[in-house]
Amino acid sequence: MSNAESEKEYWRWTESRYTNPDLKWEDADIISAGVDVGSVSTQAVIMADGKIYCYSSMRTGSNSPDSANNAMDWALDGTGLSLDKIQYVVGTGYGRVNVPFAKRAITEIACHARGANFIYGPEIRTVLDMGGQDCKAIRCDHRGKVTAFLMNDKCAAGTGRGMEVFADLLQVHINDVGKMSLEVDEEPEPVSSTCVVFAKSEAVGLLRKGWPKEKVLAAYCSAMAHRIVTLLMRLGIEEKFAITGGIAKNIGVVKRIEDELKLKAPEPSIDPQLAGAIGAALFAKALVEKERKKA
Amino acid sequence: MITAGIDCGSKNTKVVLIKEGNILSTALVLSGFDQEKSAEEALNSAIEKAGIKRDEVKHITATGAGMEAIKFSDDTITTITADARGTYFLFPSTRTIIDIGAEEGLVVKIDDQGKVKDFGINEKCAAGAGAFIEAMSRALEVDIEHMGELSLKSTKQIPMNAQCTIFAESEVVSLIHQKTLKEDIIHAVHDAIADRNTSMVRQIGIEKEVALIGGVANNIGFVDSMNRNLGFDLLIPKDGVAPEYVSALGAALIAQKKSGG
Amino acid sequence: MTKANYGYKDGSGEYFIIIDTDLCNSCGKCVEVCPAGVLEMAEDELDPLGDEIIAIVSEEHRKKIKYSCAPCKPIGKEKELPCVKVCEPGAITHSW
Repeated sequence: MSNAESEKEYWRWTESRYTNPDLKWEDADIISAGVDVGSVSTQAVIMADGKIYCYSSMRTGSNSPDSANNAMDWALDGTGLSLDKIQYVVGTGYGRVNVPFAKRAITEIACHARGANFIYGPEIRTVLDMGGQDCKAIRCDHRGKVTAFLMNDKCAAGTGRGMEVFADLLQVHINDVGKMSLEVDEEPEPVSSTCVVFAKSEAVGLLRKGWPKEKVLAAYCSAMAHRIVTLLMRLGIEEKFAITGGIAKNIGVVKRIEDELKLKAPEPSIDPQLAGAIGAALFAKALVEKERKKA
Repeated sequence: MITAGIDCGSKNTKVVLIKEGNILSTALVLSGFDQEKSAEEALNSAIEKAGIKRDEVKHITATGAGMEAIKFSDDTITTITADARGTYFLFPSTRTIIDIGAEEGLVVKIDDQGKVKDFGINEKCAAGAGAFIEAMSRALEVDIEHMGELSLKSTKQIPMNAQCTIFAESEVVSLIHQKTLKEDIIHAVHDAIADRNTSMVRQIGIEKEVALIGGVANNIGFVDSMNRNLGFDLLIPKDGVAPEYVSALGAALIAQKKSGG
Repeated sequence: MTKANYGYKDGSGEYFIIIDTDLCNSCGKCVEVCPAGVLEMAEDELDPLGDEIIAIVSEEHRKKIKYSCAPCKPIGKEKELPCVKVCEPGAITHSW
């Protein structure tokens, strides 16, 4: 479908892999892994005794089991570590039942809380995760255990997919959306429709009125940020507050959320898109320890 | 005495001209971005079709989402009131009205005099309205007029997981890649949106006869999905006036009553 | 107090069933009494290292909760929600 092909040009997320130069997997007691198969991207994280050894982040293909295999293969690439040496793999995310080599599937909500706790530290109490096809808000304690959650995967508004529709409409690369949306002298009125279908028509009307792309993006990012904040309010927000998931890279939405909440999300030292897979790998380690205790 | 009803829908603007309870003409124009201009255009088209002059139209009542933009109308009435009036005129046995427009779904309960008893609205979400079917027709690359007949050819029931128009578009694309037949997909699309709307009808309580109005009522595949879901046949305006004009007809009838006609 | 919010917010409104998994005593009465099969008993997914079985909203219904729960929420009439009524510890609430 030619339309879909050209659409891809505007919303391709960048792929990456990494090996920790300071760790040797051969020295580890417990090697565990987490694979987060999202609707848009897949991450595989391998940990040596609860420290990140290697990982990969890539676009989810049309076949979930393939995505899991590909992500794992790429993460292990060049490390000399093979899948059979990994003691426990936990699958998570939308496609978690499709990780053929996982011993268990754990919900992304639990994994994200755990992963955020790892990335941001034990002061983290509220996590907002905005993925390709869903939006989650999670409250957790100092151990990264969930005390409340809310997930919306029914409606495209407030998800990466909703943003992709706009990026495509305006013919802007998804990576540039955030930055461009901040290139306005003053904040325009936010787009009034929550529904992406109606918001798109509204945007077409704005473009016809002569609004530049930056202004339309600002109006949409503003509406999206506000919608997300009202969802967060349902759970109540306790500091520290962190943002993970694909849209965490969209500074246009992130900054507007921070402004409305009058809170600043801490800068992550690790790619926040890895939160789910990291949490899964940590659960995998805990499950190995649990099994050992039983034995 | 000739009166006009203008229904300023989010997608199409409809006009109905009546004279002493008889329909003279109808006209439909895309609403576009200038609601008032479209209304003017539609009104002029209807006047031309009826072979009358503008000053013969004694009273204009507007209804629909964009009714406030029509400065040249004499007054406005809510879509709920217009739907009740128009449907009762066509089918006096109606007690429940389902109006599915481009952007919202309405259910109206009326009494044996055609007076509104209760109503429910499903708005601001494209998945419950005509916009859903339209988006799917684009994703399937099928003309919207053919959606109905194609879906009746379906022989297989397939599930539709997405509850959102945007996600459903992706789901449809992947179904096509999996070589699922278009008629089966369209059938599922119609069943999905029928399901959402009958749920709202049940919430208000089904009281027969039940009429279906609004542009989507022209889609025979969708009507079939609704009838199967409800377990009985809906009344659909056919002779005299098409379903998308019923709101405008109601407005025109109220205009007639207001001007003493 | 561990609260699971099942449902969604879309253009037409906000629809969540909130289950307090700490208050839930796993009696299963809410599952029996729901006419639409919205609720079921399952492993507490928020506590993967534990073994508790509690009430959840089934995956199938989370994205259409407005429609699934519609039979118990008639327009124009106030009706007591059977799941809320039968829950002794008061673990279930509806946001709409």
